[in-house]
Amino acid sequence: MNTPSNVMSDLPMESRVASPVSIPVVQQLYWSVRCELWENRSIYIAPLAVAALFIVGFTVAMVQLRRIVADPSRLESMHPHQVMQMPYNFAALVLMGTTFLVAIFYCLDALYGERRDRSILFWKSLPISDLTTVLSKFSIPMLVLPLVTFVITIATQIVMMLIQNVVLFGSTLPEDIVGHRAPFFVTSIMLLYHLVALHSLWYAPIFAWLMLVSSWARRAPFLWAVLPPFAIGVLEKVAFGTTYFAELMRNRISGGHEGSSSPGMGMGMTMDLSALHPMHFLADPGLWGGLVFAAICLAASIQMRRTRGPL
Amino acid sequence: MTVIESRGLRKTYGTTVALDGLDLRVEEGRILGLIGSNGAGKSTALNAILGLTPYDGELKVLGRNPWTDRDALMNDVCFIADVAILPRWMKVSQALDYVAGVHPRFDRAKAEGFLARTSIQRTSKVRELSKGMVAQLHLALIMAIDARLLVLDEPTLGLDILYRKQFFDSLLNDYFDHTRTIIVTTHQVEDVQDILTDLMFVNRGRIVLSCSMEEFESRYQEVMVTPEKVAAARALKPISEREIFGRSILLFDHADRQQLSALGEVRTPSISDLFVAVIGNQASQSPSQSQGAAR
Repeated sequence: MNTPSNVMSDLPMESRVASPVSIPVVQQLYWSVRCELWENRSIYIAPLAVAALFIVGFTVAMVQLRRIVADPSRLESMHPHQVMQMPYNFAALVLMGTTFLVAIFYCLDALYGERRDRSILFWKSLPISDLTTVLSKFSIPMLVLPLVTFVITIATQIVMMLIQNVVLFGSTLPEDIVGHRAPFFVTSIMLLYHLVALHSLWYAPIFAWLMLVSSWARRAPFLWAVLPPFAIGVLEKVAFGTTYFAELMRNRISGGHEGSSSPGMGMGMTMDLSALHPMHFLADPGLWGGLVFAAICLAASIQMRRTRGPL
Repeated sequence: MTVIESRGLRKTYGTTVALDGLDLRVEEGRILGLIGSNGAGKSTALNAILGLTPYDGELKVLGRNPWTDRDALMNDVCFIADVAILPRWMKVSQALDYVAGVHPRFDRAKAEGFLARTSIQRTSKVRELSKGMVAQLHLALIMAIDARLLVLDEPTLGLDILYRKQFFDSLLNDYFDHTRTIIVTTHQVEDVQDILTDLMFVNRGRIVLSCSMEEFESRYQEVMVTPEKVAAARALKPISEREIFGRSILLFDHADRQQLSALGEVRTPSISDLFVAVIGNQASQSPSQSQGAAR
């Protein structure tokens, strides 16, 4: 290869050897996650839209409250908790519900969409392993969405507080009502705990299962995700007359044992830090069983992504 | 240096044999054209080379096993495995950012330079570009990667003749430098005839012809003869014969050039004519062979 005509091309050859051979995995993960955010803008647009709607509704409610406050006879019948705490909890709940829905649809499309639009052929032409790709996609429901939910919820609650203060400014609310608001710091910690424990760790097997289905299904991933568990439940009921599997599913979706392992489910979100039992939660075999199941699903998804081509 | 080496490369889908023992050897600095009809096994062979599909037999690409080492291999191998597979939601600027972020050998300035020659806007989304522009964008990304092997599987399918010509021109002028290797499959064989250094015909999962372009030019000759000379020409055992406007065109393998020029004008055949001759002969031979075997 040292003929005169190749003298020119010897130069790039040398620089080729000197150039870095690979990109650090952390950087690959960073760009992969960034790419997911470019593609799936619903990850932040959906909760932002819901938050905006919520704030509009809340402003209207506050204006009405101002009228009520002006009328002492109607003030009597008002429950302080209803005014000062419930809207804030409700905002958090609605936002968590929104991002849970986003997570479900994200997972179902994560490894299915790229095969359907054939862009998998482009992704696979880049030096990124299937492991890195699947993990970066799995980090969306596990890390990114809880974080997005947390930030947007906190921001929404701050805006709500400001609106409440502005609208009710000048009108005198009884002390016992004002004092009924839980400290902001405490509610934030509760929210964060709830997001990490329930929406990330406890729901991990759900997300991993959905990703496995999306890596495997040739069509209708939603049906493939939902019908097999449903069929197992029905089969068990018909064959043995028991409902262990259905109970297992219900328990998983509803967030485990009430009060103990994942506090703050539903409308009765307690605003007391002492109600958190992280050790209790970590000792729950259901948590670890779920995480093992999630790991198996992920490993299978990685293998699927390796073998399955475009649809 | 050998870039690709395979021995007994096999791939079956159920009972269908896609690759039937492919022995392949591609050296550095070649531009190999892989020609075959639909379902001949070209894409399967390329998918195996690119680590997109498992296979039986031995296969080494740049010294690596593509199936187990795909991600590491992609540092040195690039491919365009179809037209317009860039993600449709992506912006041009995002595509540049992303590839720059994940590919160690991507030269962003180079890609920007290639794009500056096109009318592609940095803010456009892929879905807003025409098919030809998507191909231009993909080529700009790929050519800015300092890879050692580039695989193009039908990269210009469905593009008009201007885009196709431009595609292969810039590939040859701005990318190829005799240390890189390119493998290309296409149905528009005439587009690549002048840029190939090697030629390979694939049929039913087997290589039926493999030669360098120099060999191709010295081996195969085509003569157009008038009806009165057809008998004389046939005596020289052409591998195929076809008629155009009352004159016969006969294709010869390893014939004496002087003998041929006595019959009429001698020229190098087009790859597509040779392909039709070789594959056509195979198709007409094999049923009779199998019938003979049955008797």
